[in-house]
Amino acid sequence: MGQKPIRVLIAKPGLDGHDRGAKVIAQALRNAGMEVVYTGLRQTPEQIVETAIQEDVQVIGLSCLSGAHNHLFPRVMELLKNQNIEDILVVGGGVIPDEDIPFLKDAGVAEIFTPGTPTTATIDFIRSRAGGV
Amino acid sequence: MSKEKLDKIAQSKKEWNEKLESKVLSRFPERKSQFKTHSEIPVQRLYTPDDVAGLDYGTDLGLPGEYPFTRGVQPTMYRGRFWTMRQYAGFGTAEETNTRFKYLLEQGQTGLSCAFDLPTQIGYDSDHALAQGEVGKVGVAIDSLEDMETLLNGIPLDKVSTSMTINAPAAVLLSMYIAVGEKQGVPSAKLSGTIQNDILKEYMARGTYIFPPAPSMRLITDIFGFCAQNVPDWNTISISGYHIREAGSTAVQEVAFTLADGIAYVDAAIKAGLNVDDFAPRLSFFFNAHSNFFEEVAKFRAARRLWAKIMKERFGAKNPKSWMLRFHTQTAGCTLTAQQPDVNIMRVAYQAMSAVLGGTQSLHTNSRDEALALPTEASALIALRTQQVIAYETDVVDTVDPLAGSYYIESLTNEIETKALEYINKIEELGGAVRAIERGYQQKEIQESAFKYQMEIESNERIVVGVNLFTLKEEPGREILRVDPSVEINQRKKLAALKEKRDNLRVNQVLATLKTTAQGTGNLVPVILEAVKGYATLGEICGVLREVFGEHQQESLF
Repeated sequence: MGQKPIRVLIAKPGLDGHDRGAKVIAQALRNAGMEVVYTGLRQTPEQIVETAIQEDVQVIGLSCLSGAHNHLFPRVMELLKNQNIEDILVVGGGVIPDEDIPFLKDAGVAEIFTPGTPTTATIDFIRSRAGGV
Repeated sequence: MSKEKLDKIAQSKKEWNEKLESKVLSRFPERKSQFKTHSEIPVQRLYTPDDVAGLDYGTDLGLPGEYPFTRGVQPTMYRGRFWTMRQYAGFGTAEETNTRFKYLLEQGQTGLSCAFDLPTQIGYDSDHALAQGEVGKVGVAIDSLEDMETLLNGIPLDKVSTSMTINAPAAVLLSMYIAVGEKQGVPSAKLSGTIQNDILKEYMARGTYIFPPAPSMRLITDIFGFCAQNVPDWNTISISGYHIREAGSTAVQEVAFTLADGIAYVDAAIKAGLNVDDFAPRLSFFFNAHSNFFEEVAKFRAARRLWAKIMKERFGAKNPKSWMLRFHTQTAGCTLTAQQPDVNIMRVAYQAMSAVLGGTQSLHTNSRDEALALPTEASALIALRTQQVIAYETDVVDTVDPLAGSYYIESLTNEIETKALEYINKIEELGGAVRAIERGYQQKEIQESAFKYQMEIESNERIVVGVNLFTLKEEPGREILRVDPSVEINQRKKLAALKEKRDNLRVNQVLATLKTTAQGTGNLVPVILEAVKGYATLGEICGVLREVFGEHQQESLF
């Protein structure tokens, strides 16, 4: 028997309704052997962190296509810090301009996957950083 | 063509295929073992008359402007006038968007299409906690009639038609538009435009719902009833396949799920006591123009024919206008790439061409930079110019439905209609569109198609130029549009000032009336119109309705 599967929360912060990408990545991670929980739409950062704790995940994937990422992603990071669970790996995806990426990484987001990224790149990244399969 | 002749053609094609397969293909193999459309319809090597042997010109195609409208809803189509060039625009404040609107009109755009920010679309004012970070981002922030006055300042509403992408709070934005019209001296009967007002696809694919299905359907049929009396030239709904396709569906699913929604709206309106021919002529549609060129052309034609049959045969509509599927098209945002974004200009051009050859009534062409951010002014201009080139330079507009009679196009049109009808029947078996959505049927179908599409790209079975082939090592940087964060702060200040200066007694009274009307069965639109005129905010109006109707809770179906 190998390692335990990685548990991932795919979350949609804010009011954005575009969840094609979130669902595709959720499915891809699940097919890759990870245990995936999807929050559904319109989650506040508080709800996302609460779900992450309840579901005991090692990874949170934030998806945002509304342009509100610079507000929402750092807020999630701040709340994780407040809860002392900064060891959760956070990655993000969506319509995010390149020039915003350094700001989001400074806030603690480990990686940002922009449109056109193959799901395998995300899977490999999570495996390499979260430990597990 | 006689059966004998058709059999002969079929026989010679069979022999020709056999010869190719046995002698030629071993030396000159084809690029793929199987060719298929996005909807998985197999694409043959060659189409011949026997592929459309059952086609009856009179009943299946007919003449343009006549039942079943396969060839178009108007008799002269673009020989008379071009489609409406209507670019979806909106960001930041009402002032900024007003400037962009005027710019687009100056550049030859012929109608307006307004994008609202997410708080507006979900019925929150800019000062709501959930609006934080979202104000003015994906569209313009509208909190009250005051913002709408600014948005439409200097735009003559008796001359320009406006499409508003607004669903759950559609009655509020329509009321604001009517109120601005009155201030300009334009009576509601002279206004023309569209509200999207299509809640079912919000549950299914787009996500800006507020209320549960039953009260949402009531709001929609209230609008149908109100407009039939007061705003007769308004398109009361834009039944949208666009977002279904964007969420990942195939062309067949797009047609099927959209028309199934259409059936649900017509059913609901009839149940609410409306006469089908009183509201059906104002129903309009909205489709996606994706990259599979011929399938897209066939899709538009098939949708028109199928809807005409549904309205005439199933609902017994008598007015030919009730049979017509009039539609707006937008090119497929989901096909735009963040890599080598200038290449998107070409994608958009081909997609737009398919919409024109499919007989669209209005068209939005996407901007090259939309996989990165909202379009810059320069990008929006190229997008508009793209459709102007099709209209003014290519001459494809000089005859009606020019691809009709192509064995391939007619065969695809038949296939799409047949397969879409199968889906519609399946949805009927599940209890209709509303019940099927509640059970997650369409969502699951869309999700499966979306995942399959992504896997095809990742396995290189589907090529996206610049993404999985012909990539660049380094992408040049580019300028993108950014919404100033001060928009949110200023919008809140403006809202606070409005609440100081308006007649708050009047606002409270009309909101109380709104509450009792919502609790009863009366038409909500006249009360919402009164509330809007008294400068009650969008958030206040939707807040009252939230209190009475409750909020839709989406189950996470994944």
